[in-house]
Amino acid sequence: MGRYNRHIILSEIGQVGQDKISNAKVLVIGAGGLGCPVLQYLTAAGIGTIGIIDFDVVNISNLQRQVLYGSSSLGHNKAIAAKSRLDDLNNEISIIAYPEKLTHKNAIPLFSEFDIIVDGSDNFETRYLVNDACIITNKPLVFGAIYKFEGQVSVFNYNNGPSYRCLFPNPPKKDTVPNCSEIGVLGVLPGIIGSMLANEVLKIVLAIGNVLSGKLLCYNALTSHTLTLKINRNEVQIHSVLIDKDNFENRNSQVNCEVETPIVSVTELLPAENIQFIDVRELNELPKIEGLRVTSIPLSQLESHLNKIDSNKKKVLFCQSGIRSKRAITILQDAHITNCFSLKEGALELNNYTKTFTNER
Amino acid sequence: MHINIKYFGQIAEITNTEEESLELNGRLVSELLEILNQKYNKLKSIDFQVAQNQELVSIETELTGAEIALLPPFAGG
Repeated sequence: MGRYNRHIILSEIGQVGQDKISNAKVLVIGAGGLGCPVLQYLTAAGIGTIGIIDFDVVNISNLQRQVLYGSSSLGHNKAIAAKSRLDDLNNEISIIAYPEKLTHKNAIPLFSEFDIIVDGSDNFETRYLVNDACIITNKPLVFGAIYKFEGQVSVFNYNNGPSYRCLFPNPPKKDTVPNCSEIGVLGVLPGIIGSMLANEVLKIVLAIGNVLSGKLLCYNALTSHTLTLKINRNEVQIHSVLIDKDNFENRNSQVNCEVETPIVSVTELLPAENIQFIDVRELNELPKIEGLRVTSIPLSQLESHLNKIDSNKKKVLFCQSGIRSKRAITILQDAHITNCFSLKEGALELNNYTKTFTNER
Repeated sequence: MHINIKYFGQIAEITNTEEESLELNGRLVSELLEILNQKYNKLKSIDFQVAQNQELVSIETELTGAEIALLPPFAGG
């Protein structure tokens, strides 16, 4: 009886489907709580080429949930320890261990070698890096994240679907979201969420069922409740990653989370002397700002219009709600343009405030 | 308007409940958030997205009643 018999006898898979599995190349980022079950099931299923990237070593507190490791793995690199267990589970496939940190430098060449990327990392810096690299290399991203007793699952960048930035445009403020090592996690939770990720990978490879693209599945292990939310693709977000593509390798991984966006409020701004106001909304968005000289550079074109920015003035960027302007600030920071601030309020408040101010005078 | 609100992750810890119902006269999602910010002071320190009737929406969206979910990002793996 063949190794993959229970797959092959399913009419939805058959030998044809199993061949697709054998030809697939999947890269798993992080061999921790989520990575372990993903790797275990993908290896057992016979995914032909599996990459594992993790720079961390196995610690005794990992064994409560990271089921590929045992006492003999303690102190060993996770990618290498995982490979040695998985080689035993299935020696008919190729497993490549990358015992290193994923960076802006190595991400693009590495992702280009694989068909599907699975994000089982444990920090926002890596998650945004993985998302952006998937957009640039056009690879589907199977995403899972956990918090205490809750999990989130989605498939991003699949068949023109939304990306992680379409859901959460920017990383949260540093140190506002604790991770598993700081607050704890129910050991079986990454097992459940990781198995869901492996399931999404197999559906993509086999082209069967409905891939969780354009949706975020939220699972609560305590209540057994699941809620699936619809996410729409945000072209501005995707574009803001693509325009920065040539500069990607030079980006500093720390920038995403560690630099606080400088923010100002309208009340601190007027009279507006020696300030360049930059509207990063699309050209047709309302309201237009009256009574104030404004430079319009939509976020999607910012990168290619840096010459419109006045280096001698204080720059105040605004949009409708303060989200795009924050993103724009990171683009300017990456281009080493200083003295830039994101307006806390949106165009509406700025307009109202300018009007009042002009009337008073 | 009768609105049922669901809280996730850190937000449910701040509100101390995973679900509650509110009567509200506001028009926009942002107005609901202002009320919640007043009710739960620590909410301001958290980044989150809002879903209305199981669909992610911007805060400028008109409230249509039924169900709102406040969704923080998770990093853990």
